[in-house]
Amino acid sequence: MKTASPAERFSSPLWRDKALAASALAEMTGLAAQAAALKGGSVNFMEVCGTHTMAIAASGMRRLFPKELRMLSGPGCPVCVTSQGDIDRVLALAAVPGVIITTFGDMLKVKGSKGLDLHAMRERGSDVRVVYSPLDAVALAQAEPGRQVVFIGVGFETTAPVIGGAVARAKKLGLKNFSSTAFFKLVPPALELLLSDPENRIHGFMLPGHVSAIIGLEPYKFVAEKYKVPCVVTGFEPLDILTGINMLLRQVVSGKPSVEDEYFRVVHAAGNPVAQKLLSEVFTVTAASWRAIGTVKATGLGFSRVYAGFDAIKRFKIPYEDAPEPKGCRCGAILLGKALPPDCPLFGKACTPSSAVGPCMVSSEGACAAWFKYGG
Amino acid sequence: MALAKVVLGHGSGGRLSRDLVEQVFLKSFSNPSLKPLEDSAEVKVGGVTLAFTTDSYVVTPVEFPGADIGRVAVCGTVNDLAVKGARPAALSAGFILEEGFPGDLLLRITRSMRRAADEAGVSIVTGDTKVVERGKADGIFINTAGVGLIPKGRCLTSSAVKPGDVIIVSGNLADHGVAVMNARDRLGLQGGIKSDAAPLNGMIEGLLRAPGVRAMRDITRGGLATVLNEVSGACGLTAELEENSVPVSPASRNACALLGLDPLYVANEGKIAVFCAPSAAPRALQALRAHRYGRNAVVVGRMLKEKKPQVRLVTAIGGARVLLMLEGEQLPRIC
Repeated sequence: MKTASPAERFSSPLWRDKALAASALAEMTGLAAQAAALKGGSVNFMEVCGTHTMAIAASGMRRLFPKELRMLSGPGCPVCVTSQGDIDRVLALAAVPGVIITTFGDMLKVKGSKGLDLHAMRERGSDVRVVYSPLDAVALAQAEPGRQVVFIGVGFETTAPVIGGAVARAKKLGLKNFSSTAFFKLVPPALELLLSDPENRIHGFMLPGHVSAIIGLEPYKFVAEKYKVPCVVTGFEPLDILTGINMLLRQVVSGKPSVEDEYFRVVHAAGNPVAQKLLSEVFTVTAASWRAIGTVKATGLGFSRVYAGFDAIKRFKIPYEDAPEPKGCRCGAILLGKALPPDCPLFGKACTPSSAVGPCMVSSEGACAAWFKYGG
Repeated sequence: MALAKVVLGHGSGGRLSRDLVEQVFLKSFSNPSLKPLEDSAEVKVGGVTLAFTTDSYVVTPVEFPGADIGRVAVCGTVNDLAVKGARPAALSAGFILEEGFPGDLLLRITRSMRRAADEAGVSIVTGDTKVVERGKADGIFINTAGVGLIPKGRCLTSSAVKPGDVIIVSGNLADHGVAVMNARDRLGLQGGIKSDAAPLNGMIEGLLRAPGVRAMRDITRGGLATVLNEVSGACGLTAELEENSVPVSPASRNACALLGLDPLYVANEGKIAVFCAPSAAPRALQALRAHRYGRNAVVVGRMLKEKKPQVRLVTAIGGARVLLMLEGEQLPRIC
C-alpha cells in the first residue's frame, strides 16, 4: 500500500479535483444501478459521522449522486446523541455557584428540557467559557486555584483520548479543582444497535475517519462478518467520500462485505495504541444515555476507578433524570437513519439554526443544520 | 417577531444583525438616505453628494499580527466611504476607555491610526473621549465616522447590478478573522497569518478610472457570503460563486478547516467585492492588480437572472449549494 508523505497527508489539490470527481461519479452511476438491482430498490448507505454529513453537504455532492443512492445520516454527531437528561446535567453543573464551565463551542446552544442553554446560563450569571482544547481548561484550573473548573466532556472515541489526556495531566499536577463530565459514546456498539433493529434498511456504513484513527479496523469486523454489511473507513475530502461510496458499492455488487480503509493516509489497521492505552487507563466501558435510544449497557465510556475523583457529576452530586424529547422533534428518527431532516414537521419552520428545537439543528455537524445550511 | 433582548449574534454581521437593523433602527430612523443600507449613506448638501458613514470597533486583543484596533478603525471607515466611490475628506474618532488602560498602548494605537490615515490621505479632525469605571468596558472601544465627496457622475449602488455582471474579489479572504482568533485564543497556528487591514481608497480610485463598475462592497464581518446575500437582495439577482476561484491562502484555509470555520463567512478588513459588466472585467482586474492591496484580485462568480434569486456556490467538484446569511456566531466545533 502506498503511504503518503507527511505533507500529502494534510493537503493535496487532488482531493477536490473536478476531473477525478467526474470519473468517480461516472463509475458510481454504473455501480449504483447494479447495486440497486441487487437490493430491489435504492441503495442506502449511512455516514455515521457528523463531519461526513457536513462534508457531503458542503461539497454539494448530493445532487450529483445517482438516483438509486441514498446517504443517511447516522448517530455520529456528539452534540446530537447526548441525551436530554445529560444536557440537563450540564446545565445543573453550570448553576453550581463558583464553578467555571469550560466547553467546546458546539455545546453552548443545546437546550435542556426547560428551554435553557449554556448561553442562557451565562446571561444569568454562570461562568461559561469556550476553550479549544481541554488542556486549556486544566491551565485555567491552575491559574484559578480558588475556583472549581469543569470541562464538559462529550463525544466519541475521537474526543475521549484528548479529554482523557487532560484529566491525566490534572491528576499528575495534583489539581483538586479540575473535573470533567464523561458523557462519551462508542461507535461500534452504536452500529450494533442500528443493525439489531430488524427494520433497518442500511446496506453499508461509511465509517468515521477520526474515530477509526484511534480504534483501528478490528472493532468493526462484526459488522461485515455477523451482519454481512459492507464497511469503508473514509476520509473527509470530496474525493475521499466519492471513493468511499464506490468502495461500498463494489462490496455490495460483489456480495463480499468486508471492512476496507479508504483513509489509509491517516487510519491504520491497529489504530493509535497510545490513545487506546490512555482510554483504557482513564475510562472504563459503561452504560451511556443516547438521545432517542435511551440508556444502553456497554455503549459508552465513564471514568475508571483510578480517575473516579475527576468525575464532575460525582463531585457535584448531579442526579440524572430522564427528560422527554422536544415536542414534535424527529431528531431521534433522523439519528437512526429512519427519516431525513425535511421529513420533520418542524424543519425550517419552528426549527432553524437561530432558534433550534432539536440538537440536530443546534450542532454545526447535525444533519438538520447541514440540510438547512446547504440545502441537503 | 419583536426583539426580546439583544444577544451576541446580533453583532455577528449576519442575518441576526440584519434583523436588528430592520426591526429596530430602520423602524425608528427611517429616511431615504438610510434605506439602501449600504456601506455609507449618500447625502446631498448644496449641490454636491457626500458619502457619510460610522462604525464602532471592539476587538480582543487590541493588537494582533498585521494590525491593531486603531488601524482597523481608520481603514474600516475609509473603505466604507471608498466603496461608494467617495474620496474620504475627514474622519472623527471617539474613544471609550476603561479605567486602568495602559497609556503606552493607547499611544501605540493612536499612532497606528495616524499612519493608516496618512496612507489614506485623510485627517482625523475631531474626536471625543470618555473614561468608564474598571469592568464597564473591555479596555478600549473606538468609534470612527467619515465623510467623503462623491465626484459628479459616480453612482455605485447594489441595486444597479445587472444580470451577467461578474463578481471580483480584490484578494485572499479570511486572513483578518483567522489572525484575530489565533491571537485572541492563543491557538498557536503557524503560517504567518496576518490581518489584511488596509485603506483601499487608493486602489479603488485606480479601479474607477475604468468604466463599467456598478457596485462595490467592503467585505467585513459576515464575510463574502453575507455581502453577496445583501447584494442579491438589493438587485434581485442570483449570485453564483465558483469555489475553485475563491482566493484563500493555504495557511488560512487550513486554519479554517481545523476550526470548522467557513472562509466565506470570516471577516476581512482590506478586501472588496466588485460588481462590473463582463466587458469591463479585464480592465478592472488589471487596475486592481496594479495596486499592492489588489495583487490577488480575481473573478469569483457572476450575477444571474433567476426566478428565485439566491446565493449559490458551485463547489470544487462541480456540485452546488446555497450560501445563506450567517446565522448567529460561527462557533468552533468539537471534532
